[in-house]
Amino acid sequence: MPRMNMIQAINSALDVMLSRDPKMLIFGEDVGYFGGVFRATDGLAAKYGAKRCFDAPISEGGIIATAIGMGAYGLRPVVEIQFADYILPAYDQLVSEAARLRYRSAGDFWAPITVRTPYGGGIFGGQTHSSSPEAIFAHVTGLKTVIPSTPYDAKGLLIAAIEEDDPVIFLEPKRLYQGPFDGHPERPVEPWSNHPASEVPEGHYAIPLGTANVVRAGRAVTVLAYGTMVHVAQAAAAETGIDAEVIDLRTLVPLDIDTVTASVKKTGRCVIVHEASRFGGYGAELSALVQEECFYHLQAPIERVTGWDTPYPHAFEWDYFPGPARVGKALRRCVEAET
Amino acid sequence: MLRNARLSLHIPEPSARPGDRPDFRHLALRPAGETRRPEPESPAAEMRDLPYELVRVLDDQGQAQGPWAPLIPSETLRRGLAAMVLTRAFDDRIFRLQRQGKTSFYMRSTGEEALSVAPSLVLDTGDMCFPTYRNVGFLMARDYPLLDLVNQIFSNARDPLKGRQMPVLYSARDYGFYSVSGNLGSRIGHAVGWAMASAWSGDDKIALAYIGEGTVAEGAVHEALTFATVYHAPVILAISNNQWAISSFHGLAGGNETTFAARALAYGLPGLRVDGNDFLAVHAAVAWAAERARSNLGATLIEFVTYRTSGHSTSDDPARYRPDEEPAAFPLGDPVERLKTHMIAAGHWSEADHDALVRDCDERVRATVKEGEAVGTLGVTKPPLGSMFEDVFKTPDWRQIRQRREVEG
Repeated sequence: MPRMNMIQAINSALDVMLSRDPKMLIFGEDVGYFGGVFRATDGLAAKYGAKRCFDAPISEGGIIATAIGMGAYGLRPVVEIQFADYILPAYDQLVSEAARLRYRSAGDFWAPITVRTPYGGGIFGGQTHSSSPEAIFAHVTGLKTVIPSTPYDAKGLLIAAIEEDDPVIFLEPKRLYQGPFDGHPERPVEPWSNHPASEVPEGHYAIPLGTANVVRAGRAVTVLAYGTMVHVAQAAAAETGIDAEVIDLRTLVPLDIDTVTASVKKTGRCVIVHEASRFGGYGAELSALVQEECFYHLQAPIERVTGWDTPYPHAFEWDYFPGPARVGKALRRCVEAET
Repeated sequence: MLRNARLSLHIPEPSARPGDRPDFRHLALRPAGETRRPEPESPAAEMRDLPYELVRVLDDQGQAQGPWAPLIPSETLRRGLAAMVLTRAFDDRIFRLQRQGKTSFYMRSTGEEALSVAPSLVLDTGDMCFPTYRNVGFLMARDYPLLDLVNQIFSNARDPLKGRQMPVLYSARDYGFYSVSGNLGSRIGHAVGWAMASAWSGDDKIALAYIGEGTVAEGAVHEALTFATVYHAPVILAISNNQWAISSFHGLAGGNETTFAARALAYGLPGLRVDGNDFLAVHAAVAWAAERARSNLGATLIEFVTYRTSGHSTSDDPARYRPDEEPAAFPLGDPVERLKTHMIAAGHWSEADHDALVRDCDERVRATVKEGEAVGTLGVTKPPLGSMFEDVFKTPDWRQIRQRREVEG
């Protein structure tokens, strides 16, 4: 089986869908001839022609608005927003239009669009190229929000997202594009080729949205994570020697609530990890749900390990990033807490 | 170089406020028939004068004048007139119902019926209109069932939109009428994308989008115009310049400095400024733009100069911000009266025919409202409660399933 990094896996998913679905098309800033600033659409315009993969004006609002119109027509647009930090001009289109079109028209019209966008820190992107805006999408009724953590998942989830008839925000952890970064920037970059999830089938496969993945089974504490933090959490478990069960949520909406509650009921302890700021973050929803669903099984307060409540600072990137040391500390606090 | 000692901020004011004499000199009107009509296939660069002109066909005597005078079968004129009269009868009736507390809200399109009705008769059934909340005339011209409108306005048990939308935010895909939302300018980009999709698919369908002049100030309009220009989208972008956006006059969207049609020039698009109360001029301009679009020549921007005779909605009192005499003083007159005069002058119509039409429309509306009231006015009957949780997604996730169970008990 071929080995791919995450960019190659995303490129492969797009390639598969372009060949399978004649109504699928890709557009976005720099995605056509050039192949995208992160190379996700490399070679697709050459292979399928500019009609299937073309450049868009620097207009995120315009990109999403026209994609919705195309979707309403019956096409299946997959658009790229170059950085998640720049998606906000399109936020009105996503919230007021894409998310509600089916509901407000009682099924008359809908927007089967997929919005790919790289998110997260770890590349010295400062506050303009590092943010994690998943919570502001997960909160919006009518949008689905997906975040892969491996090349295999990225391809299978992206194919599932494209095949969805509802709008999907597909957030790509850009620090994971080249390797399974575990939160140790001082170490050499580990390539994906050493990781089992870099084995990616060439053809079509879909991972259903709403299915979490238990990436590390354990009995002492449940760790809920997604994207880059899945690897950080595994590193923290290995470094502390704590028998943590690490769950990769993979889709924030729809959330695989059953897998989450089954695990917390088993371990009685829960640590939630995300790179985004803490206050009002997706972890707050997870914490509330775990409390509501598992209160009588909990043996310790729920812990959250997150980015700080500041913008992402350039010089203090690794102080902001919730690395394995901070996650490890939270794991210890959680397993040592007595009720 | 001239320099002021101090800068001063310009805050524009309309030409007349309550108590003032209405003043429409800014419209810079010219007689019907004067504006030239380039062939539809002409390059946009050769018609950069048109956004500053005014396409008018009907003169004050109801005669069709000049190169834009369209050849329209008298049957089409009768359909157009009937749809405009029906729209007005419907608007007046539902407005009164809102005042009686039978629904929450309503918006009339009185005075602007021509710019919805004529394009509806120009476009084909496969085309798509991306309307605002003031374009119900488009549906009237296509014989959309009146009862479905009434049921939507009452949010009752037979509301086609299942009680989810405020009154008048209709959706009617089968009639080429896209879902309306209360957000301003948020669907003009959809019209461009829809038109791009038609071209991408090698189809022959075109799109028509409406916005008001106030909405021209929204960034989404610039985005949509950019995409329409860049990809030569087969779309007609129509600005209904009805002079008022709630209490904000057209000058707050830049209308004092240039025409709204002239926005087209910066994009390299053709821009037409059209007498929006002149059924024949509206018909001719949209047919011209549709021909360009179907010939793969891309988008056209059209400003319809018109006047919002009623308030913005049932929620505002226009006497608080403009002279009461202003609607009657609007120099482009009333679209229904003008088409009627033309048809009578042309021998297709008579006062007696018109009286019968008005009576017939009033009666149809009255009877349909009665039917709708029998289904239920607002709050009296509703769609099934559980349907509130449908259509959030194609299939509900656990949240809607659990919450529906909680609500249904």
